[in-house]
Amino acid sequence: MTAVSAEAVPGKAPAGAGPRPWSEDGGAAPLAPRARLLPALAAVYRAQLSRARVARIPLLFVATFQSVGIMILMRGVVDGGAEARAVVAGSSVLVVAFVALNLLAQYFGQLRASGGLDHYATLPVPPAAVVLGAAGAYASFTAPGTAVTAVVGSVLFGLPMTHLWVLAAVIPLAGAALAGLGAALGLLAPRQELATLCGQLGMSAALLLGVLPAQHMPAPVAYARDLLPSTYGVEALARSFDAHPDWLLVTADLGVCAAVGVVSLAAATWAYRRAAVR
Amino acid sequence: MRTGTKTAERGGSPRHTAGETVCTVRGLVKTYPAARSRRGEPAAAPVRASDGIDLDVRRGEIFGLLGPNGAGKTTLVRQLTGLLRPDEGRVELLGHDLVRHPERASRLVGYLGQESTALDELTVALAAETTGRLRGLDLRTARAERDAVLDELGLAPIAGRPLKKLSGGQRRLACFAATLVGDRPLLVLDEPTTGMDPVARRAVWAAVDRRRAERGATVLLVTHNVIEAETVLDRVAVLERGRIIACDTPAGLKELVGDDVRVDLVWRDAPPLEVPEVAALRDVAQETGRRWSLRLGPAEARAAVAAVTGGPAFAALDDFTLATPSLEDVYLALGGREKGLMKG
Repeated sequence: MTAVSAEAVPGKAPAGAGPRPWSEDGGAAPLAPRARLLPALAAVYRAQLSRARVARIPLLFVATFQSVGIMILMRGVVDGGAEARAVVAGSSVLVVAFVALNLLAQYFGQLRASGGLDHYATLPVPPAAVVLGAAGAYASFTAPGTAVTAVVGSVLFGLPMTHLWVLAAVIPLAGAALAGLGAALGLLAPRQELATLCGQLGMSAALLLGVLPAQHMPAPVAYARDLLPSTYGVEALARSFDAHPDWLLVTADLGVCAAVGVVSLAAATWAYRRAAVR
Repeated sequence: MRTGTKTAERGGSPRHTAGETVCTVRGLVKTYPAARSRRGEPAAAPVRASDGIDLDVRRGEIFGLLGPNGAGKTTLVRQLTGLLRPDEGRVELLGHDLVRHPERASRLVGYLGQESTALDELTVALAAETTGRLRGLDLRTARAERDAVLDELGLAPIAGRPLKKLSGGQRRLACFAATLVGDRPLLVLDEPTTGMDPVARRAVWAAVDRRRAERGATVLLVTHNVIEAETVLDRVAVLERGRIIACDTPAGLKELVGDDVRVDLVWRDAPPLEVPEVAALRDVAQETGRRWSLRLGPAEARAAVAAVTGGPAFAALDDFTLATPSLEDVYLALGGREKGLMKG
């Protein structure tokens, strides 16, 4: 990832000066300052968050209803124990996968296909700010739905809610991992339809491998489950339903999410650079 | 805007800027690779979208790129804004080598592209403010410039509405507002007034004029609209198949078609071909439904008008117009010549 400094050409271009003539002093004209990483990230995050009000709220409802519906269905099959924890944790993290992975892959795929990336590419903004701002906003969209799903699931299956605060770590870390993956898929897919397809497949994988109890899976499917970053978010949340959770294992699971998040967001930033300048 | 020293005469280069070049393009070549053949579709040949383009844009002028779809206007503009790397050639912008440092373009150029998808779901105010912040302005400056630009363009009443919910022209104006937040010495505008009503168009050109009068800003404009090109541009380059086939002031280009006059005749029903003068005109007319378009010398035009406005032909005539040549006529004349050369 890049951390771009606020480097303006020394002594030439004061930031934020009012109207001034663009004079040439013999050599090259002064360059306007670059946008710094954090303010640019904040601006992108805020803009993306505001899109939720216009376009995303119905989709967030869909994401939550889908997860609640799955839990109600599974209520007939599973009663209590480790399986119930897996169902509730899997359904909760599914909301994150739906929004951060699927919708973000679609968003970046569409932005790239329609030429919308040109807007960012012609602004002096660090690539990491665009990717992290969008990924952060999409991860934030998931928070209410994930919390609602976890609470409803706990009530439905009679699980303790004492340690649900762990969601405060699960949502951002699983969100980072899945949003990074979604952004990278959306930006790397050669066609918009492929980006959508990859996002859908990723979400289906998170659904099947996260919600269905792991004990009965055949070995190859279990390996696939281990490869999926959302699994570690599911495991961390499932462990927190214990009366005395093993916090070391929870931390280890969340550590995997964080590591995948760093790698996938770096990959997404690289993919953005590649997509923005053709 | 009327500061006395800076206002440019329409149709000529601004006096205070003569000779000072802000953008130099030499020998620019860009070829899009051949598309691979798919089932049922033959492979497309490689396209030479920029074919040895030389260009000089002077400080403070409104320079236009005019040409049909696929002539290479947008490809050229994308190379000037650092979005596309040329295969060969040199692009120098305000003393910076853009082929070696394409990333510098974003710190020199305000670019209005054809797409608004990145801003569509934002409100007008947030689109302008966010763009300003991403141009490196701090929050307070971005908000102050946002308010000033929205007022200037008359967008303040719809500042809280998302771009998506606006009409095409209003949305275009909002994107133009975002382009203006964060001062830049060169504005590159790709068909900025598409879909706008006359009020919005006037707001755009007034804002452009203000920036070049007060700050010496230069504008590179891509346009299809020949009427607008004539009234707004200082100089214009005509593109055809990746080449510049003419570059001059609109007045200079019009001299290319001499003093031809354009005559448009609209018949009520069928043209009165029994009148020999009318039958003779048919050979040189371009027919579109009931309309005949003719390009004639002044004497022939007078004779043609006399023939159709007197006698039996007049009864069949619905409407007629007589006009001096426009850039469209120039463009058609130049484009026609190019086609002939290709065929020959």
